[in-house]
Amino acid sequence: MASNSTRFQVDAAADGRQVLTISGDWTVFTVAEVEEKLRQAKITPDAVLDVSGLGRIDTSGAYLIDRAFGALDGIDDPIDIRGEHPSIVRVLGRVRKASPASPPDPPRVPGLIALLDRAGRGAVQAWTEFMGLLSFIGETMATMWRLVLNPRRIRWKSVVAIMEDAGLDALPIVCFLSFFIGLVIAFIGANLLAMFNASVFTVELVGIGMLREFGAVLTAILLAGRTDSAFTAQIGAMKMRQEIDAMRTIGLDPMEALVAPRLIALLIMTPLLTFAATLAGIAGGLVAAWSAMDISPQMFLTRFQEVVPPRHFWVGMLKAPVFAIVIAMVGCRQGLLVEGDVVSLGRRTTTAVVQAIFLVIAIDAMFAILYYMLNV
Amino acid sequence: MTVAEALPVREAGEPADGEIAVRVRGLVNKFGSKTVHEGLDLDMRKGEVLGVIGGSGTGKSVLLRSIVGLHTPNAGEIEVFGQKLDKLSRAERIKVERRWGVMFQDGALFSTMSVRENVMAPMIEHTKIPAPLMRELADLKIRLAGLELEAAPKRPSDLSGGMRKRAALARALALDPELLFLDEPTAGLDPIGAGKFDELVRSLSNALGLTVFLVTHDLDTLAATCDRIAVLSDGKVLAIGPLDEVRENPHPWIQEYFSGPRGRAAVR
Repeated sequence: MASNSTRFQVDAAADGRQVLTISGDWTVFTVAEVEEKLRQAKITPDAVLDVSGLGRIDTSGAYLIDRAFGALDGIDDPIDIRGEHPSIVRVLGRVRKASPASPPDPPRVPGLIALLDRAGRGAVQAWTEFMGLLSFIGETMATMWRLVLNPRRIRWKSVVAIMEDAGLDALPIVCFLSFFIGLVIAFIGANLLAMFNASVFTVELVGIGMLREFGAVLTAILLAGRTDSAFTAQIGAMKMRQEIDAMRTIGLDPMEALVAPRLIALLIMTPLLTFAATLAGIAGGLVAAWSAMDISPQMFLTRFQEVVPPRHFWVGMLKAPVFAIVIAMVGCRQGLLVEGDVVSLGRRTTTAVVQAIFLVIAIDAMFAILYYMLNV
Repeated sequence: MTVAEALPVREAGEPADGEIAVRVRGLVNKFGSKTVHEGLDLDMRKGEVLGVIGGSGTGKSVLLRSIVGLHTPNAGEIEVFGQKLDKLSRAERIKVERRWGVMFQDGALFSTMSVRENVMAPMIEHTKIPAPLMRELADLKIRLAGLELEAAPKRPSDLSGGMRKRAALARALALDPELLFLDEPTAGLDPIGAGKFDELVRSLSNALGLTVFLVTHDLDTLAATCDRIAVLSDGKVLAIGPLDEVRENPHPWIQEYFSGPRGRAAVR
């Protein structure tokens, strides 16, 4: 075979027709070199193709030649071939059969209209998401009611497993974070209150802050990030592998088998974690007060008992089960919404975490307004 | 295309029968205490369609994975195009890898990309073709694999099972490989779709001179597409040869395979 460098040459034959002589290898790895020049060469459809110097040819090379002869413009005459080559006829024939008619470009929408279009779709989607979440909560509550009437159907095994996974295993990180937040609040308070000679009010600041707000909200945000992603990924992976469909066909209700245990587990563990987080936060404040302000632990605790009424504890704890419901519902719902592909699993997991954190903070704000109006 | 068109006699000028595309010698594969291959030898000639059959767990897919380097065998030698794969440097290996295409059982299409982008992915990696031409070539491969261009901008998840298989074939064909590995290409297709796929493989292999390594359970595929058949059993190649020859083999598994009701219907 001839030299391997990919070349072509256009001559005029004696009878006035063009002769396209191709030589070297014409494969997917080499055609880039000649594409531009061949496009400009203006081959007439009745030209002769001389392949005596041709090396290897594959469908990419054949496509280029076919295109040069005008195959894309609907010309379907067989190409006149001169010279011997073992495969050119068959490859050209196969490519001609499969040659794509130039595909239509997707219609372009003007920028402003596209922007409005996206904004409109976004608004509708946000609304349907909200309604979807509400109806999912309703469905879950109906399931829970069935379970209350028939408690033997509760899957305690998975409840306990999820309690360990989502609750107990989260204890160290929840406590650490809360401890440091308590510490930070105490230091900020110490500096500010020292200006009024009122350093001792740090105890109230830390106590009320942790009991009412930070214990519950910190725990909920951590669970939203840590547990919701796990819920969505677990249930979503099952959905992708059609396990959920399989459950339905053998009469297992996914609401009962997957959603209810997660809700029950979080309903039990979130208040406990909130309690632990509150204790850790107060401990953080105590350490800060002791090291920076010489308030001894005994004094801190005595004052704590005197000035922080126990209702603040209940104000905080009351939010924990509400957050638990929100977190469990968002995570399970997004998991069940996963479709067949990997992209949707990733997108749903992100959505679950973002939605849960957003809802936790929004609901906390509503609680704050409610408590303010109730004067507690 | 019709069956008659799809099954022309191989012309002279094809690579001579003597040339070996894949040579496997003494392949041993063990998973824990289970031995899948025990000194397996196999020769694949250039330009042939070799069907590999065997009961579940006889290591058909493991053999394929060993040849393409996805699985490192415990012992044995594998030569592709006369080159020992484990002795090659990275650059030389990539050169060999560019000469084969693999179609996995479930397609293994990249789910974040459209079908066209899937087909373009190997080209982007290995060639310097300008983007517009690459797009046209990808569309050509998609049409070669028997898909309409409407499928090109779609995501794999929006395609039916049969279309996904064709898209996977298009990606395997992206670099115009000389050697094509197909892992159960017709599994999960309806008989009509499977039949069309068989014709497609046969006609592509004829027109493009492909060497095809085809793992299958499908008796119709064996009858319609394969030049030779290799039967795997007990860690070895039990029999290899044209369908009619292999059918005469007295081994009980082969007899049961071909003379069961499904076998009789397919090779009649």
